[in-house]
Amino acid sequence: MKWSKLCLPLIGILIIALAWSCSDDSSDTDTNTDEFNRQAMLTNWADNIIVPSYTTFGIDVNALKAATDNFEAAPTEANFSTLRAAWQDAYISWQNVSMFNIGPAETVFFRSFINTYPTNTSSIDTNIETGNYNLQDINLNDAQGFPALDYLLFGLENTDNSILEKYTTDANSSAYITYLVDLVDRIKALTDSVILEWQTGYRDTFVNNDGSSSNSSTNSLVNDWMEYYERIFRNGKIGFPAGVFSGGNIEADKVEAFYKKDLSKTLCLEALDALQGFFNGDAINGLGNGESLEDYLNFLNTMKEGDDLSTLINTQFNASRDAITTLNDNFYQQIITDNNAMLNAFEILQANVVLLKSDMFSALSIAVEFNSGDGD
Amino acid sequence: MINSIITYLKQPVKAAPLAVFRVLFGCLMCFGTIRFMSGNWVETYYIEPIFHFKYYGLTFIKSLGQYTYILYGITLLSSIGIALGYRYRLSCLLFFLSFTYCELIDKTYYLNHYYFVSIIGFLLIFLPANCYFSIDAKRQSKLAFNKIPRYNIFVIQLMLTIVYVYAGLAKINSEWLLRAMPLQIWLPSRDYLPLIGDFFRHEWVHYAMSWFGMLYDLSIPFLLFYKRTRVLAFVLVVVFHVLTRVLFPIGIFPYVMIFSTLIFFNSHLHQGLIHKLQKLFNSKYTIKEKTLSWVPNIKNRIIVGVFIVFFSFQILFPFRYLLYPDELFWTEEGYRFSWRVMLMEKGGYVQFKIVDPATKKWFYVDHTAYLTDYQEKQMRMQADFILEFAHFLETTYKEKGIKNPEVYVESYIALNGRLSQQYIDPNINLTKVKDSWKHKDWILPFNDTIYGF
Repeated sequence: MKWSKLCLPLIGILIIALAWSCSDDSSDTDTNTDEFNRQAMLTNWADNIIVPSYTTFGIDVNALKAATDNFEAAPTEANFSTLRAAWQDAYISWQNVSMFNIGPAETVFFRSFINTYPTNTSSIDTNIETGNYNLQDINLNDAQGFPALDYLLFGLENTDNSILEKYTTDANSSAYITYLVDLVDRIKALTDSVILEWQTGYRDTFVNNDGSSSNSSTNSLVNDWMEYYERIFRNGKIGFPAGVFSGGNIEADKVEAFYKKDLSKTLCLEALDALQGFFNGDAINGLGNGESLEDYLNFLNTMKEGDDLSTLINTQFNASRDAITTLNDNFYQQIITDNNAMLNAFEILQANVVLLKSDMFSALSIAVEFNSGDGD
Repeated sequence: MINSIITYLKQPVKAAPLAVFRVLFGCLMCFGTIRFMSGNWVETYYIEPIFHFKYYGLTFIKSLGQYTYILYGITLLSSIGIALGYRYRLSCLLFFLSFTYCELIDKTYYLNHYYFVSIIGFLLIFLPANCYFSIDAKRQSKLAFNKIPRYNIFVIQLMLTIVYVYAGLAKINSEWLLRAMPLQIWLPSRDYLPLIGDFFRHEWVHYAMSWFGMLYDLSIPFLLFYKRTRVLAFVLVVVFHVLTRVLFPIGIFPYVMIFSTLIFFNSHLHQGLIHKLQKLFNSKYTIKEKTLSWVPNIKNRIIVGVFIVFFSFQILFPFRYLLYPDELFWTEEGYRFSWRVMLMEKGGYVQFKIVDPATKKWFYVDHTAYLTDYQEKQMRMQADFILEFAHFLETTYKEKGIKNPEVYVESYIALNGRLSQQYIDPNINLTKVKDSWKHKDWILPFNDTIYGF
C-alpha cells in the first residue's frame, strides 16, 4: 500500500500540471535585457508598419473616393484623369497592406475582394447591364476591387476618349457610373472596417498574443506573410503570367494591372519593398527601424553561431529588386517579347523562398503549422 | 543460465499489474480515439486528401473515405472492450487491426507513439490480461486467475525497455550532445512559458537538457526494474513526460508512457488501485486464488515463437540504418520505426517541375492542388515521399495529355540550424527511379559529418 500512497498524489499532481500546461494562454512577459522580445517585435509591426500602412492606404482610398465623386458629378476629361491617377496611387498603396492577411483583413476576405485578378470582364459587363449584383457576394470577388477598376478606367475601349464616352454619351452611361461608384464605395467600406478594427481593439489583441505557439501572432503572421510571398507576390505577379505553372504556355493576360499595363512593374517593386521593409522592421513613416524578423534571426544566430541568415535574405531581396528593375515597366510586353527575363526573375524570387521558408522558419522554430496534429 | 531465465519467466506472479495496465491502456486509447475524432482529424487526415503517401509495399492499404469513421468506431469500441476486459481477445485483435490499418493508410501521419500503441495492441492479443478484474473473468470462472506466469508482465516491460534504450542510444550523437541540437532551436521559442520559460534562454540549459534526456532514456528502464530506485525512477518519468507535454505538441503520449511504467511496480500498488476502483463502483467481486501456469501445449509454444520473432525484429530492425551509406539524419533511410524521437529540426522547401520532352516546355507544379499542408510538410524532408509524389505527378500529367512527362524536383533541407542544402539531385528524372529498400543514390551527399549512433 505504500506505493499507492506515493503514486496517487503524484498522478494527481501530474494531471493538474498537464491541465495547466494545456491552457497555453500565457501572455505575461517579463522583460529581460538579454532576450529577444517578441512583444516588442509585434508592437513594432503593429504600430510602425501595419497600422500606418493601413492609414496611408485609407487616405489614398479616400482620395480615390473623392475623385470618383467629382467624376460622377462632372465626368470631364480632367476629372477622369484625376480619377485614374487616384486609382493608381491607391493601387500602389495597396501593395503595402496586401501581405497582412490577419485579423480583420482575414475575416472580411480583404485581399480577395480588393485585388483578385485577372478580373472577370464578362461578369462586370453583365453586372453593368443588368444592374443586378451584390458586391458582398464572394463569387463576385473577381468583378470588383482594383482590377475591375483597371478594366473600367483603362480597358473598356481602345482609346481614352472612347472609354470616357462610356461614362458620358453612351446610352448606358449612368449604369457605368453607378458601377464605378459602387466599386469604389465597396473598397472604401472594406478598408474603413479593417482600419477601424485595428484601431479599436485588434491592435492590442495582436500585440498581446506574443507567445510562439501555432496560433500566436508571430506564427500566424509569419505564415501568412510567407504564403503571400509565394502565392500572391511571386506566383501572382510573375509566375502565373510567365507560364511557370501552366504547362510552359505564357499567360500574359494574367499580369497585374492588365489594362494599365505599364503599371505592373511599379506594383511589383512596391510589393517587394514592402516585403523587405517588413522583414527588416522599417517603420513606414520613416521613423527608423524597430524589432523585426531580421533582429530575431540575428539574436538567435548569436546563440548558435550559425551563418548570417538575415544578410543572405537581404542580399536575395536586393538581387530580386535588381532582376525586376531590368524588366519592362509593362510586364505584358516583357512576357510577349522576352519571357526568359521574367523566368529569371522568378528563379531569383524562388531562391529567397528557400532561405525564408526553409531556413528562417526552421531557425525561428515557426512550424508551418496547422491547427491540428500531434508531434513525436 | 537459460534455465534460470526460463524459471524466472515461468514463475507465477500476481496478475494485478497486467490488469491495471489493461484498464489504463484501454481507457487512454478510448480517450485518444475520442480526441482524434472530435478534432475532426479523421476528416482532415483521411477523407479530405486526394492523395495518400503509402508505406513501401503497402500500397493496397487504401483510405476508406467516409467509412474510415467505421474503423475509428471499431477502435473506440474495442478500446472500451479492452478496458473492461470484455471479449478481451477479440477486442485486442480488433483494436490492433483497426488502429494499425488507419496508421498505415498514409505515412504522413507516422508517429513513434502510434507505432508504440500498435505494438502494445499486438502484444496484448497474446497476454491473458483479462484474467483478473475483468468482465470476462467474472462471467467465465475458467478464465479467472490471480497469478500468471511472469513473462506476461515481462514482455510489456521489455518493450518499454527497448523503446527507452533505443531512444537513448539515438541521442548519442554529436548533434544532440555536442551542439545541443535541436533543443537549442526549440527551447528559446518556448520562453513565454510561465516559471520555466526564462531558463530556456540560456545555452547551458539546452546542453543540460540534452544530456539529461539521453541519460534518462538509457537508464530509466533499469531504474524501474530495480526495486530501490523505482520510486525515484517513477518521479523522473512523471517529470520528464510532463515536461515534454508542456514543451511540445505531443498529444496523449506522455500519459501513455507514465501509465505504462506503472507495470514495473509490484502488485501492492495495483491491488490498491483495484480496491479503490471496486469501492468506487461498489463492486463486491472477489477473486479466488488460482494460478495460471505455463504448460508446453501447442498454443503456448506458438506464443513463445511469436514473442521470439517479434522481439528479435524489435531489436534488429532499428539498426537497419547501418546498411545505408551517408548520414541517417539526412537521408532518413532507416529512420522510422526505430524510436528516434525529437532528434532533428528540419526546414525544407520543395518544388516539382514537369518537362514535356516532346515540346521541351516546362512548368512548376502547384502542390497545394494535390496535398494538404501536413502532407507537403512531411514530403519536403523525406526522399521516399518526394519520389512517390513524383510518380503521382507522372500519372496525373499523363492523364492531362503529356505523353512522357519528366518530373524533376528542386528541394532543399535545413538540418538542425545549418543553412539549406540541396537535397535531391535536380537533374534526375524521377519517373525513371523506382523505390526500393536500396540506398537512394539520387539524394545528394550531406557534406557534413554527424558522429554517433
